[in-house]
Amino acid sequence: MHGFANPTRFLKLARWLTPLLLVSGMVLVAGSLWWGLFHVPPDRLMGETVRILFIHVPSAWLGMGGWSAIAISSLAYLVWKHPLAAVAARAAAVPGMVFTAVCLATGSIWGRPTWGTWWEWDGRLTSMLVLLFLYFGYIALSQAVAREGVSPKIAAIFGLVGAINIPIINRSVVWWNSLHQPASITIGKSAIDPAFLTPLLIAVLGFSLLFGGVVLARMRALLAQTQAEARLRRMALEAA
Amino acid sequence: MYEALDQWNFVIAAYVVGVSATLAMVGWAWWDMRRAEAKRDKVKRK
Repeated sequence: MHGFANPTRFLKLARWLTPLLLVSGMVLVAGSLWWGLFHVPPDRLMGETVRILFIHVPSAWLGMGGWSAIAISSLAYLVWKHPLAAVAARAAAVPGMVFTAVCLATGSIWGRPTWGTWWEWDGRLTSMLVLLFLYFGYIALSQAVAREGVSPKIAAIFGLVGAINIPIINRSVVWWNSLHQPASITIGKSAIDPAFLTPLLIAVLGFSLLFGGVVLARMRALLAQTQAEARLRRMALEAA
Repeated sequence: MYEALDQWNFVIAAYVVGVSATLAMVGWAWWDMRRAEAKRDKVKRK
């Protein structure tokens, strides 16, 4: 694992892995959404709106997964002080934020025909909105840290502390009365009919590959920016 | 009051939001990466 923390080795791997993840993710997402839109039967209770599942559920998982990645990378940075771990945490923030926003927007759109309301201040929806605000805070903080050239330790601590919201989101439908249904898929069990489950799992895999591809692309961009700035600084010092 | 809602309008709206946000994110990440790496290579050549 530590071997991949070497930026040169990482870039060698990321150069071919980034397009591979993005292209395979695109293919799987396009196929699963097509399947979900045109080949899945309407649900007995939710009717046609059940098709929103194939975007809403992967977005929700990746919104939470993004912050979990930030927390794990932040912990790795705090323990091993490896700069690549800080770069990985920063790179996971934007895709995590986008998927959280998509989850909230598609959930709101789904809520109107099924619950009769666009928004309800219940545990699941509110904790997910808190996650979006945590992403805003983390992105602003990590950009300020990079701009000022100080240690990313403060952003790493924020990333770790913010992870407390992840189990709250997960357990919110159990702890509080909620319009939101409890989890339909838990480890090794599913309450979803296979007609919906198969395209859902393909959509989750496709969106996850896209997420991985975007994180690698962001890491490459952040590393390239750092290398260019370091080179320019060296040139300015040599010229002085 | 009974309100008739066309469920497909909500499905299409959710797909438009989800797909366009995902495509915009992927496109931006790819473009930003290419731009940053081109700038680094240009600086290296100086």
